[in-house]
Amino acid sequence: MGVKQVVKGNFATAVAAKLARVDVVPAYPITPSTLFPEQISTYIANGEMDAELLLTESEHSAMSAAIGASASGARVATATASQGLKLMSEMLFIASGMRLPIVTAVGNRALSAPINIWCDHQDTIAERDSGWLQFYAENNQNALDLMLMAFKISEDRRVLLPSMVGLDAFVLTHTMEGVDVPLQEEVDEFLPPYKPVYTLDVKNPMTFGSFGTPAHYMEFKYQQWEAMENAQKVIDEVFSEFYEKFGRKYEKVSEYRTDDADIIILTMGSMSGTARAAVDSMREKGIKVGAAKLTVLRPFPFKEIKMLARKAKVLAVADRNISFGFGGAVFAEIAGALINEKEKPMLIDFIIGLGGRDITQEDFYKIAEISKDAIDKGKVEKMIHWINLKEVQ
Amino acid sequence: MDKVNIGAVITTPGSALNYKTGSWRTLKPVLDEAKCKFCNICWQLCPDSAIEQADAKAKKPIKIDYDYCKGCGICVQECPFNALEMVEEEK
Repeated sequence: MGVKQVVKGNFATAVAAKLARVDVVPAYPITPSTLFPEQISTYIANGEMDAELLLTESEHSAMSAAIGASASGARVATATASQGLKLMSEMLFIASGMRLPIVTAVGNRALSAPINIWCDHQDTIAERDSGWLQFYAENNQNALDLMLMAFKISEDRRVLLPSMVGLDAFVLTHTMEGVDVPLQEEVDEFLPPYKPVYTLDVKNPMTFGSFGTPAHYMEFKYQQWEAMENAQKVIDEVFSEFYEKFGRKYEKVSEYRTDDADIIILTMGSMSGTARAAVDSMREKGIKVGAAKLTVLRPFPFKEIKMLARKAKVLAVADRNISFGFGGAVFAEIAGALINEKEKPMLIDFIIGLGGRDITQEDFYKIAEISKDAIDKGKVEKMIHWINLKEVQ
Repeated sequence: MDKVNIGAVITTPGSALNYKTGSWRTLKPVLDEAKCKFCNICWQLCPDSAIEQADAKAKKPIKIDYDYCKGCGICVQECPFNALEMVEEEK
């Protein structure tokens, strides 16, 4: 068993990179992820980690360096957030297109303007088409564990795609929590060294990410699509192997008191614990409500969401993001996933907690109340609600 | 469909040589060999390395490699002796 430590979320992702024996960390600091490269730098200075820390002039360069290092066969990790992830955006698509299993921790932070350093999921949500796997941590233990598993999933020959692990800005990145830090020998058994299919090597020159004309481009995209499909199974395998080895259970979608629920509230990230506490309070009052947490957004867990949807009369989606001109992105995807199901619940979208606005149990009571109203009326009168919004002019 | 490697990796170096880009051309430069003074300015300025060097000692003029010449016309523009001319590509 590992060692219990009280640590911040950023430390959890950094210690995961150390335990994964990462070779190269190209980084450019940005709030709230700066503690990640700082911690890596400390490890290297103390001789606890044998890695190259590349301090680049921008996030675009950090991801470019990550791509070069990964192509040369190194295990690569970095961390960023918000505007930093946006500056990386161009290179994110290249990393996935070149099939490089880079792992990036993202301190989920709102996007400018107006400038805001606090939590929402807009930064990673806006990159959900980038070809990266996406995991969302509820707590610091999740952040550590998902980072470790992300390497194993990404590097699997059936997948070979990069992963991002989201952890909520400040709520996790800067908050101290008890975390079980696995021992090095346990991690070594779980995560063998990365063995790339192709390697940049001056003695054996190859072209990486070459020109793809209309005659070939679609086939490369289909390969990425297939790899993402394969990741569904690989994630299940790795989650189950991790459970056997470390005793902590992970699921793409985790359910809580959903079996006889009329209303299920679906959440992502740190708000999930608040949702479960709210469910307990409402259950005491006899309200048949349950909660579900989405840990994996890419690949999208179609099977698990369809199973979940069968249980409820209303599926209430708490979206800590907004796609202007549509609604919450997770809501949109769930609606898409259920479209051909014969029996499906009513779907209601709740935009919540943008820019670090606190998400409280009262917010979930409100969500349940609106959902209950839809059940009573037998229809959804308003599809998208903004929760805890102040009066504006 | 030929097999494609993941990530568009090409394991054989220099394979771009097999991809003839000359077909993109609509106009082509044509050399009047008698006017070529072997200065090699066109060879230096060709952005596609589609000109073979002239040899002054051997009195050998430059030669255009039509497999890769895309017909940009820089050589015609830059030749100080008007030894090159752009002509319509015959299809």
